[in-house]
Amino acid sequence: MGSLLASRAAVWDAFTTTLFLAVTAGVLALLVGTLLAAMRVSPYAPLRTVATVYTEFLRNTPLTIVFFFFVFVTPSMGFTFAYKVAAVIALTCYTSAFVAEAVRSGINSVAVGQAEAARSLGMSFGQNLAIVVLPQAFRTAIPPLISVLIALVKNTSVAGAFSVLELFALSKRLTNAHSSDVIAILVGIALCYLVICIPLGRLAAALERKAAFAR
Amino acid sequence: MRAAGRAYGRAMTQTTSASRSESGTAPPLVTMREVQKHFGDLHVLRDIDLEVDAGEVVVVLGPSGSGKSTLCRTINRLETIDSGDITIDGSPLPASGPGLARLRAEVGMVFQSFNLFAHKSVLDNVTVAPIKVKRMPRREAEELGMRLLERVGVADQAQKLPAQLSGGQQQRVAIARSLAMQPKLMLFDEPTSALDPEMINEVIEVMTDLAREGMTMIAVTHEMGFARRTADRVVFMDAGRILEVAPPDRFFTAPESERAKDFLSKILHH
Repeated sequence: MGSLLASRAAVWDAFTTTLFLAVTAGVLALLVGTLLAAMRVSPYAPLRTVATVYTEFLRNTPLTIVFFFFVFVTPSMGFTFAYKVAAVIALTCYTSAFVAEAVRSGINSVAVGQAEAARSLGMSFGQNLAIVVLPQAFRTAIPPLISVLIALVKNTSVAGAFSVLELFALSKRLTNAHSSDVIAILVGIALCYLVICIPLGRLAAALERKAAFAR
Repeated sequence: MRAAGRAYGRAMTQTTSASRSESGTAPPLVTMREVQKHFGDLHVLRDIDLEVDAGEVVVVLGPSGSGKSTLCRTINRLETIDSGDITIDGSPLPASGPGLARLRAEVGMVFQSFNLFAHKSVLDNVTVAPIKVKRMPRREAEELGMRLLERVGVADQAQKLPAQLSGGQQQRVAIARSLAMQPKLMLFDEPTSALDPEMINEVIEVMTDLAREGMTMIAVTHEMGFARRTADRVVFMDAGRILEVAPPDRFFTAPESERAKDFLSKILHH
């Protein structure tokens, strides 16, 4: 534990890096994933196809390969990103596929009559989705969405293998330097993840209570 | 087939139109020609021809599965048709896009299961379409909304969520929500079928008032009392066909088809 305390400045830096990756990629993935879910239910077949292919492709590709793509492949195509940026892009692309599926399951849980009523009042597809369907879909999608976000927090550790000094990379560095203190260091790092993930779970519970409404 | 002597004053829904003048030359508000529809192998609408004039109240009767709900839903294209033509106020029903949305905004629809927006307050349910679809200022929409809720007798519930209301109250809110768009035509798809018996009357009363004010209505219902008292014409359907179209007194006392006689004997004497 001593070595962890001695390098608390480095731990703090790594912690904020992990938090930065999780929050940035989380917000972007929620936006992109919602857009993908909207495309999946749109009346335009090409949009549905694009969203389906994207979701199936990214959901079924190991995250490490997605990272690999944005760190090593895109530069050869003329797009070079800073490591942190590449990490945010990779995490966003990967996580948005899972967000899309969670939101889509929420959309499917909204009674058909809700959308029919909206259409019969003259609402466009976009209005129907934004005003009537999505607000209700999110309520059912909160638990799976929070699971996706918790997975994202832990997935940020993959960035450690791609030159981003976040918690996992730091833990490797510290355990190499203080081999007698391995257990304490790993427990300490694990606690840092808990500090992010447990409040997320609590947030989910609070949101669910708040969003609970009778149908 | 217009009911003579019907009051055409429309306190809350003054959109239409000089076309409901008594000249008799006005084109029908709704025209269905040779309409066919299948659900897979099932031929749910066969050779449907129907005209409904402005100001007319048409009640569609028939056994379940006869296609009456489907007929009602094709008029604002919640169901597509396989062939034939449907025109509203002289213009054909657009297949999709903004044209269809504009048309739907002018055709009110009341569902069997109310379909109030579950996450919005009663007042928001009524104001959301005028605000978002018609770009009506919120204040004006809320005034209109409160007037309509008062008219259907649920103004005191304005801030509640739909699930906190009884079925009858919910259905009256749903009617107010449709009226807020100031429609030319109201479609009722079994509006009382999901209600407890003692709540049916409060909805029927609202519908009767609307009819008295001159609203054009097509109502699919099992409320024979409403059909008898309020309809200008009764349309009787069976197996996807319109078998009979007659004024209610004639339909109920002297139905022509065997199928209608059989149907009436079952619902009137049990």
